Amino acid sequence: MRLTLRIWRQKDANSPGGFVTYVKDHVVPDMSFLEMLDALNREIVERGEEPVAFESDCREGICGSCSLVINGIPHGPGRGKASCQLYMRHFRDGDTITVEPFRAKPFPVLRDLIVDRSAFDRIMQAGGFISVNTGGAPEANTIPVPKQDQEMAMDAAACIGCGACVAACKNASAMLFVAAKVSHLGLLPQGQPERYRRVRNMVAQMDQEGFGGCTNTFECEAVCPKQISVRFIARLNRDYFRATLLEP
Amino acid sequence: MILDGHVPAGPLEQKWDRHRNQLALVNPANKRKYHVIVVGTGLAGASAAATLAELGYQVSAFCFHDSPRRAHSIAAQGGINAAKNYQNDGDSVWRLFYDTIKGGDFRSREANVYRLAQVSVNIIDQCVAQGVPFAREYGGLLANRSFGGAQVSRTFYARGQTGQQLLLGAYSAMCRQIGLGQIKMYPRTEMLDLVVVEGHAKGIITRNLVTGEIQRHAADAVVLATGGYGNVFYLSTNAVNSNVTATYRAYKRGAFFANPCFTQIHPTCIPVTGEHQSKLTLMSESLRNDGRVWVPKKKGDSRPPEQIPEEERDYFLERMYPSYGNLAPRDIASRAAKRVCDEGRGVGPGGLGVYLDFSDAIRRLGIDVVRERYGNLFDMYREITDEDPYKVPMRIYPAVHYTMGGLWVDYNLMSNLPGLFVIGEANFSDHGANRLGASALMQGLADGYFILPYTIGDYFARSRRSRPDPDQPEFREAEERTLRGIERLLAINGKHPVDVFHRELGKLLWDNCGMSRSEASLRHALEEIPKIRERFWREARVTGGPEGINQALERAGRVADFLEFAELLCLDALERKESCGGHFREEFQTEDGEAKRDDENFCHVAAWEYRGENERPLRHVEPLRFEFVDLTTRSYK
Repeated sequence: MRLTLRIWRQKDANSPGGFVTYVKDHVVPDMSFLEMLDALNREIVERGEEPVAFESDCREGICGSCSLVINGIPHGPGRGKASCQLYMRHFRDGDTITVEPFRAKPFPVLRDLIVDRSAFDRIMQAGGFISVNTGGAPEANTIPVPKQDQEMAMDAAACIGCGACVAACKNASAMLFVAAKVSHLGLLPQGQPERYRRVRNMVAQMDQEGFGGCTNTFECEAVCPKQISVRFIARLNRDYFRATLLEP
Repeated sequence: MILDGHVPAGPLEQKWDRHRNQLALVNPANKRKYHVIVVGTGLAGASAAATLAELGYQVSAFCFHDSPRRAHSIAAQGGINAAKNYQNDGDSVWRLFYDTIKGGDFRSREANVYRLAQVSVNIIDQCVAQGVPFAREYGGLLANRSFGGAQVSRTFYARGQTGQQLLLGAYSAMCRQIGLGQIKMYPRTEMLDLVVVEGHAKGIITRNLVTGEIQRHAADAVVLATGGYGNVFYLSTNAVNSNVTATYRAYKRGAFFANPCFTQIHPTCIPVTGEHQSKLTLMSESLRNDGRVWVPKKKGDSRPPEQIPEEERDYFLERMYPSYGNLAPRDIASRAAKRVCDEGRGVGPGGLGVYLDFSDAIRRLGIDVVRERYGNLFDMYREITDEDPYKVPMRIYPAVHYTMGGLWVDYNLMSNLPGLFVIGEANFSDHGANRLGASALMQGLADGYFILPYTIGDYFARSRRSRPDPDQPEFREAEERTLRGIERLLAINGKHPVDVFHRELGKLLWDNCGMSRSEASLRHALEEIPKIRERFWREARVTGGPEGINQALERAGRVADFLEFAELLCLDALERKESCGGHFREEFQTEDGEAKRDDENFCHVAAWEYRGENERPLRHVEPLRFEFVDLTTRSYK
């Protein structure tokens, strides 16, 4: 296949960026999208130019590093996939593909297709944990968890923290991310003691980072590589509401 | 030199308890005066950083990812072993210990492995308390599955994402300590050198991957939790950025590198499809619980699998190892797959593949149960290969997955350089010559949560050294050395991106020091590696400058280290004139093609000392003494 790629290039956070067009030949359907970019980068280096910077690590959809907007969609076409799990067989010879970084004010571009998602870490530091020190834990089976609760907690816990939800949202809302963590811990008996404190602190940090609110468009669920349900946002809202009633 | 692992005396089951009682303590008010550097934030690093911070130490944690949550532990699929005996199937600490030491082909330290099995039960307690959503039965209690190399069901799991959930647990504990100011986190920061002051590890040199700034960090101790070196083979199941740089540079500063030739080839990976491939994808070992591995009996049988009748199929693992069947350990299953492919009975492109077939399981359990158990893995397989494993058998082939070798450590997880601790996959200690499935997560968390936090205090209490000043000459020299290294890479004025050399190195190693090795193949590799290295330094091209984000520079540094380290790996493989676990020397095999150990001459750890550029490293030995188990020939038949 021969493809035309329009790729966002930006030297650093303070420089203006823009699209640069590349023509990529010899693309085969078994290549992953990132392997196609690797091949392009090899050609760019052979020409003595600087390769396109983009993030990836595990390349099997679990680490959450990769973060491309492909043809306007975070992680590209197809449901339930991270950018690294997209294969070239979904494209046709002669296609023009636009590749951009995740765009949201709280995710500033650092270079080309790399953005700074440290706001997510700061939200986690504000309360995304159960306060238990190593060594003090009771025997594991003294805490029975109903299977359906554990399954639902696992549905939420599957979040890979990639930030596609934010990139897809017109409000740059991080509520699916926060909802996933709040629900994962709030559904389990171990998470109850800090349940309301946790939701208050995480939401406060989320607001401070400049993420917007949810207006029920559900683009986040549509692009989420782990297909995390927006029902968790309802749960987040409910927990947050209760938290404010409990301690105004 | 004969190395001493400092294994405590006494009965096996009392060694760790007695040792803990004798470790010197640091009082709580004094702990805050000690500063610990933890490099790497996978299971071992994150759990160690969190636990040390909880104890009151000042911790600086470093990772090259944008967030500590992305370390490669996250990709572990199948599970974590623990001797809970919840299934009432006769499991015990002794059995987990014995399975692990036998699985490692008797090339690990008895006392370490026993301790690992002992603390395995605490790990599960700790993780459940953190909110790790392990699979459960309808009664609300924890569920288990079986894994390779064991005849009991002791593996805890969270769907196919156990590593992710355990890492998120450790990461959340770390986040809490970052929020409390006990951990200072340095994301997007890569360690480029270790600083040694008067023989003790006292700091590191790092590069900020966003600004390019080189920084010096001084501490009272340095903990390396930087993972394995599987990517020396270029194609492996490791994340693409996993590398040997931190441990290799520590080796160059004097830390001994132990058993580098012990590399694990995992039997169930998606086969290589072409030159463009950047990594290989693992299909969890848990699939072997229900999938049956087979190839056609006839050579070159190119019929599609559904047209090959039952009696013309060779379920070779079930045939060769009837008591473990498809759950034979990884090294054995991998070699068996290689053997049938070498016989010309492999399937798929190039004949490098065997079938992993779920049709019996689907008939027996129904498609819904199979989907519930393995759905995410099946989806992953379909996306990569464009084939539907619910309808046609998966094609799998062995691939590099894990490295048992690593920096040498004693029973306290401290290297021969005092003050340098090495935990998780980065050390060599617990898996011998072959790691059993679901044991990597166990070891990473055992080291980080329950072992290092005790033993590091003993070092502080006994050594009573002051923390050096980062302006001391040792730090300045290390910084200058790092800067020179970067300049040297940027000055190569060739044409080719560094991956070209990395891929070439990987292929050379896979062909000559992979699933099987011989004196001839290893000598060939040792001749060729310096040639690739020499061409790298002449023909590579590292674009950009030292400042700002420069991924070409990051990669170049890692590939340069792989090009040196590969030689050490082959040298170790050459000198270990026996077959054991994942290290299979063609000259040393039984009549039926199994690994033939030489306990008389090689029942030891080989630990290599760096002697300078182009100097042959020195091979030291730590004898392995087996007081409590008999050295038997592994049999899974």
